[in-house]
Amino acid sequence: MEEKKVFTSEIKNLVDKWKDKEGNLIMILHEIQNHHGYVPRELALELSSMLEVPLARIYEVITFYNFFKLSPPGKHRISVCMGTACYLKGAPEIIKEIKNILHVEEGRTTQDGNFHLDVVRCLGCCGLAPVVMIDGKVYGKVKKQEIMDIISTYVKEEE
Amino acid sequence: MAKAIKAKINGILLRVPEGTTILDAAKQVQIKIPTLCKHPDLVASASCGICIVKVKGSNKMLRACCTPLEEGMEIITHDPEIVEIRRTVIELILSNHPNDCLKCGRNNACELQKLTADFGIKTESFPQTLRDLPIDTSTKAVDLDPKKCILCGRCVHVCQDIQDVWALSFLERGMHTRISPAGDIQLADSPCVKCGQCSAHCPTGAFVEQDHTARAWQVLQDPEKYCVVQIAPAVRASIGEAFGYTGKNFTRKLYALLRRLGFQAVFDTNFAADVTIMEEASEFEERLLKGTKPLPLITTCCPSWVDFMEKFHTDMIDHFSSCKSPHEILGVLSKTYYAQKNKIDPAKIVMVSIMPCTSKKYEVSRSDEMFASGFQDIDIVLCTRELARMIKQAGIDFESLPDEESDSILGEYSGAGVIFGATGGVMEAALRTAHYFITGKDLKKVDLESVRGLKGVKETEVDVGGKKVRVAVAHGLANVEYVLNKVRRAKKEGKEAPYHFIEVMACPGGCIGGGGQPYMVTDELRAKRAQALYEDDAAKEIRFSHQNPYIKRLYDEFLEKPLSEKSHKLLHTTYKARPTYRK
Repeated sequence: MEEKKVFTSEIKNLVDKWKDKEGNLIMILHEIQNHHGYVPRELALELSSMLEVPLARIYEVITFYNFFKLSPPGKHRISVCMGTACYLKGAPEIIKEIKNILHVEEGRTTQDGNFHLDVVRCLGCCGLAPVVMIDGKVYGKVKKQEIMDIISTYVKEEE
Repeated sequence: MAKAIKAKINGILLRVPEGTTILDAAKQVQIKIPTLCKHPDLVASASCGICIVKVKGSNKMLRACCTPLEEGMEIITHDPEIVEIRRTVIELILSNHPNDCLKCGRNNACELQKLTADFGIKTESFPQTLRDLPIDTSTKAVDLDPKKCILCGRCVHVCQDIQDVWALSFLERGMHTRISPAGDIQLADSPCVKCGQCSAHCPTGAFVEQDHTARAWQVLQDPEKYCVVQIAPAVRASIGEAFGYTGKNFTRKLYALLRRLGFQAVFDTNFAADVTIMEEASEFEERLLKGTKPLPLITTCCPSWVDFMEKFHTDMIDHFSSCKSPHEILGVLSKTYYAQKNKIDPAKIVMVSIMPCTSKKYEVSRSDEMFASGFQDIDIVLCTRELARMIKQAGIDFESLPDEESDSILGEYSGAGVIFGATGGVMEAALRTAHYFITGKDLKKVDLESVRGLKGVKETEVDVGGKKVRVAVAHGLANVEYVLNKVRRAKKEGKEAPYHFIEVMACPGGCIGGGGQPYMVTDELRAKRAQALYEDDAAKEIRFSHQNPYIKRLYDEFLEKPLSEKSHKLLHTTYKARPTYRK
């Protein structure tokens, strides 16, 4: 209940700010996404009644754009590059290894909420292919055997 | 008048009003361009690409469904290349559509299947990539199998634009696009009102009514059960379509048919429509003369409308007639009045109803009041499409059946009872009797033409003993907003209500256009179905509910008078706010 009240005032501020502007739905969703890292369903429902936009329309927008997420992000975001260079240099093997170690699918978060796995297009450092990025830190020329060690450092951090 | 334009289709010169699509214009030169996503009820979404045609002087192919013919255009609607492209489009759709035809609810009635047959596709040209999406049976009325969806968008248009319900939308995009209520919840937890217009408009088996024919066969073979049946007004005007007839009234053959299927008593929902009128007209009289509750009075025969109101317009609850739908009234009377008169144990009675409607499947357990007889008043609901299948399963030569009569004491109906099936019908029937209740005299002109027809909102005035009674009739739920907002505005400004009486039916055309009716309905067909009901009314000797001798008898012997304590207990219900989203 407490949480709901917080949501209501948060949404109200956003709606007041954007109400009369064109394209307000997407701008409000941006703010929610940036603040929470995803768009919680309770917020989407609140937004729906305040903007008088059907929830179905809000979900059409959320699910259309990759930027918006519907579930909380993992604590650490792992992005594996599948651009052409990384692909040729063995990215598919790297992804497979990460999936095996963390038991997670692409675009999903591990059950403990610690890691989120994304497959992305070029990260802009093809010379280092294959590239893995964790929380903004770039690991270049990654070998399959090194994955366990890299992930372990983040696991240790959690412990 | 729109400007006329001249153009050529397949070398034949023609003139059409400006704005006519190539698809419609081509009909003038005897060409029916194949279509899949286009439905006559809906604005073209141009999503499938089957209807492509060539235009001379351009390399680009055009979609006939959404492109207006232009002055001087030379269109080619078919050549080997066009046919080949259309075939490829179908093959691509088939590459992510399961090959379940033999076990699909739309087998033999599927528009994709028909096109596949028309184009003689016999092999899989592209490897299949099927999506693993679960079937949703949660509404108990309409089942959704998103794997079978071809993303034509008809259901989305109907649900969002025609019905204003917004239970359905496309989620995600590209390869991953799928049909779903917002956020992977079940339909029953969404705003869905079970109107079934999605199933009536879906070209494939993605939306199909939940089939209860097996349940019906099972009770019919149980010697311990006493199976009775009722048919709704709209069914008699549409069942013929399963056998090639349009706009023909099959009331008496339906009575014969249902007896041969094994029902021990065949009743008519029209009788209960007459009861509804007695109750609702009395309610109206009370509100108008005594001001017991606020005006306008709003009709409640349609369970999708009731569900819609309970989710979206709860400020109108006080305006709702408390009277149940004819469907439910017949159910409760069969297990009380009829059972007592005929000394039948109501526990053994199984009431099956034949309805044009998927929402009636939901209505039977909507609230505790639907168990007023002490049992569930209606046991099984079959929609028109299901009955058509049962006729074929039984092998009954429907067209050749003799005419028979319904069974007393819940079968005889007045002309007012049968027009319930068309938009405006309830209003017309109610006003006929309300006029009598209020003035003591019958209307001189029985037909109220001004509430008939397919216009989305019909507003008119009727003279009732010198008082102008203002009424509104809306059908297709998107049309309700206009009417209700007028009421709200007047309330807010402290003015007199703009109407005294409002009728709402969820489906376009009313029940004759119901979600459980035969497929491919157009306004032309809706008008024909309605006409069949109005002809039945006109041919009736008794055209007022209050003059139906069996109605008089029902009140004399059982209910005492309209709005009596017993009537309230058995024939009336209550409403409450329900969340639009339960998750």
